[in-house]
Amino acid sequence: MAETSPSRVTYDFVTRTIARTLGNPGKGYYALLILAVALLGVGIVCLLFLLRYGLGLAGYSHPVYWAVYITCFVFWVGIAHSGTLISAILFLFRSGWRTAVYRTAEAMTVFAVITAGLFPLIHIGRQWYFYWLIPYPNERGLWPNFKSPLIWDEFAIGTYLTVSTVFLIMGLIPDIAAVRDVATGWRKKLYAVTSLGWRGTNEQWRHYSRGYLYLAALATPLVLSVHSVVSWDFAMAIVPGWHATLFAPYFVAGAIYSGVAMVITLLVPIRKLFRLDDLITVHHFENLAKLCLLTGLIVSYSYCTESFTAWFGGHAAERAAFWYRAFGPFWWASWTMNICNGLLPWLLWSKKVRTNILALFVISIFVNVGMWFERFVIIVVSLAGEPYERFANGPYNPTWADWGIMAGSFGWFFMWFLLFVKNFPAVSISEVKEVLPAPQRRKVAAS
Amino acid sequence: MKLVNPLTAIFHPPPTPGVLAVFGHLDATVEAIGQLRRGGHTDFTVYSPVPRHELEDALDQPVSPVRMFTLIGGIAGCAIGAWLTLYMSYDWPLVLGGKPIGSIPPYVVIMFEMTILFGALATILGIAFNALFAARRLGTVAYDARFTNDKFGIFVPSEPARAGQVESLLRAAGAEEVRRA
Repeated sequence: MAETSPSRVTYDFVTRTIARTLGNPGKGYYALLILAVALLGVGIVCLLFLLRYGLGLAGYSHPVYWAVYITCFVFWVGIAHSGTLISAILFLFRSGWRTAVYRTAEAMTVFAVITAGLFPLIHIGRQWYFYWLIPYPNERGLWPNFKSPLIWDEFAIGTYLTVSTVFLIMGLIPDIAAVRDVATGWRKKLYAVTSLGWRGTNEQWRHYSRGYLYLAALATPLVLSVHSVVSWDFAMAIVPGWHATLFAPYFVAGAIYSGVAMVITLLVPIRKLFRLDDLITVHHFENLAKLCLLTGLIVSYSYCTESFTAWFGGHAAERAAFWYRAFGPFWWASWTMNICNGLLPWLLWSKKVRTNILALFVISIFVNVGMWFERFVIIVVSLAGEPYERFANGPYNPTWADWGIMAGSFGWFFMWFLLFVKNFPAVSISEVKEVLPAPQRRKVAAS
Repeated sequence: MKLVNPLTAIFHPPPTPGVLAVFGHLDATVEAIGQLRRGGHTDFTVYSPVPRHELEDALDQPVSPVRMFTLIGGIAGCAIGAWLTLYMSYDWPLVLGGKPIGSIPPYVVIMFEMTILFGALATILGIAFNALFAARRLGTVAYDARFTNDKFGIFVPSEPARAGQVESLLRAAGAEEVRRA
């Protein structure tokens, strides 16, 4: 960061630039916000119909009872993964470049988990009994079945939501204090309360830095565990196409891949709208693109391994499932997935593409589409092509209620994200300063 | 006799008398810290917009006790996870296919998640406790809004009689601004 920032980027410049993002963001911002709220409205209307008429509207038919909602759930949990990767794992690796982008990624994580959390509730049918998921003895004294991966999932997602929220708030405290000290009016009061009395004293920094280190150390295994647990929702079942030991690392790599792509998708407009070009430079995008390339290659490798195992294992049902996946009625979903996730990231080998922000933006959107279809292929197509009793398989197709609620989830996510970046420091002030050269009286020999 | 409002006494304690210095440079701040320590001052407060190792080294403080909170929280979480799963399994046994009622391997997942959850929450509690105790002690010392932006600061509590000496020490070390509080 230090070597790529223009020399005018000083401590004061960082505070002013980021405090400015809390002012009037202009028409583009409000247009995006209205679009997000409109999408959310579509989702709410579809959800009301679903509540009134039941899950039949979602087009479920035997054996496809897990469909678009579970796909969206896995997709959004996946999106949530790169935030903690960038904020915790890269923190432990002391990657200086993470400082400019981690706040956005972390906020994205929290809102993506909140979005993901809606889908199991939408999916359960009688949504008003959602509290049955909580370990609470019912009137017959029954407890949850802890041998079920679904209950593991609840614990994993609950922990992830709590820890990532706490992590986001922790990081925000010194930055809110910094904007408190330059803000005026009602904002000053708001930030005075939310900065919890932060003054940057040596005692505060001493406990804070240690605590942050331990939180990062706890979040690192957590982020790897969460998507592993989500993958076991599938891998623990015996459906061909699900039942594979590969699933945990395959899902974790896919999650980080889609999450990094979403960070790029979000950062490009944020950087433009709030004029953050000096803080979020091409260098940062290039590093994100490299992460994308790395995880994309792991994902592609997993596709190959998965297909190879299906063929080499010689199990008829497994072979049939993979044949159905590639050449069955859902061939379009599989090939969208393969092209977007397997082929497109190869463009990122080129430095020209990695440093072209428009190209990265377009690729990141394709990656997100591809990753959504990956989950669709794994979940829906594996179920639809279940080879054990194919004579009984009904036709399945996603319906308007599926697409509407999915669109609503994007609106919900973007709405929270846009409100966050407008009202709280979207780039970490203290951490960006940390990687800048400190003001010194003596001239430090230029390195 | 004048009664003191206890709430005022807790939330608005009288300010601590002392000297506040504003520094524009990190190395000057480090130098001032060294001189203060050599001069026998121990209870001064250093403000900085970013955590810097130079300041930590100059202050030479013990490691924060937050790590004990994390450790205890993590161990407690793991134990609660084990208790939760095993107690609930045996409280209403679901016997399936002759498998053990309390089987550890699947419960490891719950124990792991609970370790992380409790560890993280205990870490936050640890920071809050330690920072709050620090705030109780330091809430009365002078502060300047520039300390979260681009200035470093040192507040030295001192009686008015000794303040002049502290002032000249801080000025000599390179303070841009020195004032009594």
